[in-house]
Amino acid sequence: MARARDESSPLFAGNAAGTLRLIVYLALAMVLMVLDHRNGWLWRVRYAASAVVEPVYRLANLPSAGMRTLSVAFADRKLLTEQNQRLREDLLLANARLNRMAGVAEQNHRLKELLDTRHSLDINVQLARVVGVDLGAWQQRLVLNLGARDGVKPGQPVIDAHGVMGQVVEVLPTTSVVMLVTDPAHAIPVVVERSGLRTVAYGARDGSGMVLPNIPLAADVRPGDRLLTSGLGGRFPPGFPVGKVLAVAPSPSGMFRVAQVQPAADLDRSEDVLLLHDQAEPDGPPAPAVPAGPPTALAPAPGAANGPTATPAAGQPASPPPRATTTTPASAGSTP
Amino acid sequence: MNRQRLSLWWFIGTLVFALLLMLVPLPAVLEPFKPYWPALVLLYWALESEDRVSLGLAFLLGLGADLFDGVLLGEQALRLTALVFIVLRFRSRLRFFPMWQQTLAVLALLLNDRILLLVVRVLSGTPVPPASWWIAPFVGAALWPFLFLLLDDLRARLRIQ
Repeated sequence: MARARDESSPLFAGNAAGTLRLIVYLALAMVLMVLDHRNGWLWRVRYAASAVVEPVYRLANLPSAGMRTLSVAFADRKLLTEQNQRLREDLLLANARLNRMAGVAEQNHRLKELLDTRHSLDINVQLARVVGVDLGAWQQRLVLNLGARDGVKPGQPVIDAHGVMGQVVEVLPTTSVVMLVTDPAHAIPVVVERSGLRTVAYGARDGSGMVLPNIPLAADVRPGDRLLTSGLGGRFPPGFPVGKVLAVAPSPSGMFRVAQVQPAADLDRSEDVLLLHDQAEPDGPPAPAVPAGPPTALAPAPGAANGPTATPAAGQPASPPPRATTTTPASAGSTP
Repeated sequence: MNRQRLSLWWFIGTLVFALLLMLVPLPAVLEPFKPYWPALVLLYWALESEDRVSLGLAFLLGLGADLFDGVLLGEQALRLTALVFIVLRFRSRLRFFPMWQQTLAVLALLLNDRILLLVVRVLSGTPVPPASWWIAPFVGAALWPFLFLLLDDLRARLRIQ
């Protein structure tokens, strides 16, 4: 390897050593990448380094925040007046609609109480602002200005005024990172509003929107259909708008049909978003209901003649060993 | 003594500023045109003061960028180490190239960097980016002469080496 370099150069002797060092560093980088890809512990390192990372995010946010302030400061008076007028009209409409809804909501509440379900219509939210940080191009992620100290937890759904935006994937002390619904790694259970068909919407591979990759051939999905969250899977509460079907076409394999979906939320324009605090029901079947009928304390124990002394734990139906209490009526039913 | 410390801080400051530029968002229209700032600034320092820039420094800077970016720890470390290795190999030739040849060399380096990134992305299972993804190296190369002259001029004004 000929190098046009004079003999006094300190690195002249380091040619072979340089290659060796390159190999060592490249190997180290690859080991890091594989470990991170397998375990995903980059975020633990990031949490530890958040004392440095978060101020830098704030600093990087300054230009976009400044632009926002400037655009407000130099906005035309006429423009602001028009905007104000429009917002007033929107508020009036929304209030009128809310007033009409209030009666229905009250009725719904009463009916639900009659049915003894505990779903409620009001939502528990927290307002968050988007921090203007570029986490690499074609990464469908957002940074919010709330973190673990504000009670944000991974998995919380994020919505805006129009629909579901995504969910919190990682939490730092005072910031959190949201994965958008258009991320190829994101999936959200949805239901077609018109036909009630349940399916799953994934982020498109090219990041342009969402797709429904496996609709059965016989299923009824048409362009223009609205998609809502179905609440299955326990991550997103049911009933929030997700998107609108743009086009439906047969899949390359011919086994399914594939629909292109446009997200309902303003993914690249929202500055203020809402973090939902009440999560949907947890995974799996509902918890076994407490058996109705006479209290289990009064049921005779299988072997003993006098039950109440034999089952001391049966006094609390919701106690940790529920098996003991639930098996008692079954065996009690078999003994007579 | 004081001047040495100043020049060290200037060196560190430019690198940190490059990381910050990487994080500052651009309007959505300009997003594909954003050059890879840390690579450009590191390239400048590798050409101008060889004793400061080593493979270890490139690795550490890449790790820092990965921490900020939060994609895959080690990805930018790998890219920057490879980039600095090539530059240090051909440093004496690159330094005496006329500006247009140097710019072409920078373009080749940045394209090589993108290819490395593409390999890493494909191996880690993320989708292949769109065609506009390949614009950024050209923007970076087009900005190179201006960045080089600006940093050189500032260094001359501050009278630091």
